[in-house]
Amino acid sequence: MRSAFLIMALLLSSQAYAATPSALLKQYELQAKQENAAFAGFSAAKGERFFHAERLHSDGKKVSCATCHTADPRNPGKTRASKVIDAMAVNVNPQRLSDEAKVEKWFGRNCKDVLERHCTAQEKGDFISYLLSIK
Amino acid sequence: MKKWLQFLVVMTSITATSALLASGGFSDNGARQMPAVANAKWKAECSGCHMLYHPGLLPERSWHKMMAGLDKHFGENASLDQATRDEIAKFLALNSADKQDNRRSNRINQSIPAATTPLRISETRYFTSKHDEIAASTFKRKSIGSAANCAACHQAAEKGDFSESQIKIPR
Ligand code: HEC
Ligand code: HEC
Ligand code: HEC
Repeated sequence: MRSAFLIMALLLSSQAYAATPSALLKQYELQAKQENAAFAGFSAAKGERFFHAERLHSDGKKVSCATCHTADPRNPGKTRASKVIDAMAVNVNPQRLSDEAKVEKWFGRNCKDVLERHCTAQEKGDFISYLLSIK
Repeated sequence: MKKWLQFLVVMTSITATSALLASGGFSDNGARQMPAVANAKWKAECSGCHMLYHPGLLPERSWHKMMAGLDKHFGENASLDQATRDEIAKFLALNSADKQDNRRSNRINQSIPAATTPLRISETRYFTSKHDEIAASTFKRKSIGSAANCAACHQAAEKGDFSESQIKIPR
């Protein structure tokens, strides 16, 4: 019977977890408090600056989140392999920020791609607050 | 425990049968185009950055090598959790060019020297021979990007259909 439970657990864990943006924010808030005792909330304005901040990658190219997602998150973006990326702003694209595993996967990839490190919970929360603030 | 085992056996055989059906089974002998294939994880995970490449476009050893190096995938990090990676790798292997029996996959496979393991379809001899009349500058057009963007010119590329009636080169 034990192994049956194990199999069930495996089946379940491979499913995508649904989430809402506010549930995501709550989680990042918990993490941010652990990372920084002086955590003072998330800021959409900081998230906006983070999104646009250009950085010189070690490969010599300038990159930012806006490189692929464009300067306006209400607009569709484009990957390096020329595929259209649907808009990031939740008001324009309600599919966004609705799947925790997907959000974490892309933060993982894109933060490394742009910053060459993981994003902090503070940065993730600021960024999500920015996306939610766009009307 | 017995019931669980039965359940598992039934589930496994259903998955195996549908995989066989999806791969075209044995009925597709010498078909012109590649057969329809489907796997939800493959579709979700391998279409985020570019079009979905049909597994019949590369031999098993190419997919195997690609899936073993997703953290350094053409300059990007496309890594996946182990279970998802394994499932997709299995699906690609099962439907790869050397496991297919359609003319297109056969020719792609034959154009690749046995000692090489290309990661790009666009670098196989089959590809270059079919596209030798297209200028490098055409592939670089904003509307196309690179030779890897098959779907820019082949309207039904994601279905594995590269027939001439489905080609339109964008300006
Ligand atoms: C190299 C191109 C590229 C860059 C640079 C990039 N992204 Fe992305 N991002 C993507 C792609 C592709 C997706 C997947 C889109 C899809 O599935 O619709 C994505 C998805 C996401 C998602 C998931 C959203 C959801 O819920 O669907 C988040 C969050 C995200 N990006 C954040 C960022 C942040 C933050 C940065 C800057 C640090 C960034 N991205 C830079 C290409 C990029
Ligand atoms: C994070 C982005 C990303 C993800 C996710 C991704 N790829 Fe790629 N892939 C790329 C880039 C970038 C290229 C190079 C495109 C170019 O040269 O224009 C590429 C190229 C390829 C090529 C070579 C195309 C050619 O013939 O030139 C294949 C095949 C491929 N990817 C398969 C896959 C498979 C299978 C998956 C899923 C396991 C996957 N990719 C997921 C970014 C990605
Ligand atoms: C710039 C547009 C363009 C791109 C991008 C492109 N092709 Fe093609 N492809 C063509 C054209 C045009 C032909 C027809 C050539 C001819 O008949 O002389 C063709 C022919 C083919 C054929 C042979 C069709 C037949 O029945 O003879 C195959 C197979 C094919 N392409 C596969 C691909 C694959 C796979 C990719 C991506 C890795 C790709 N193509 C990318 C334009 C393109």
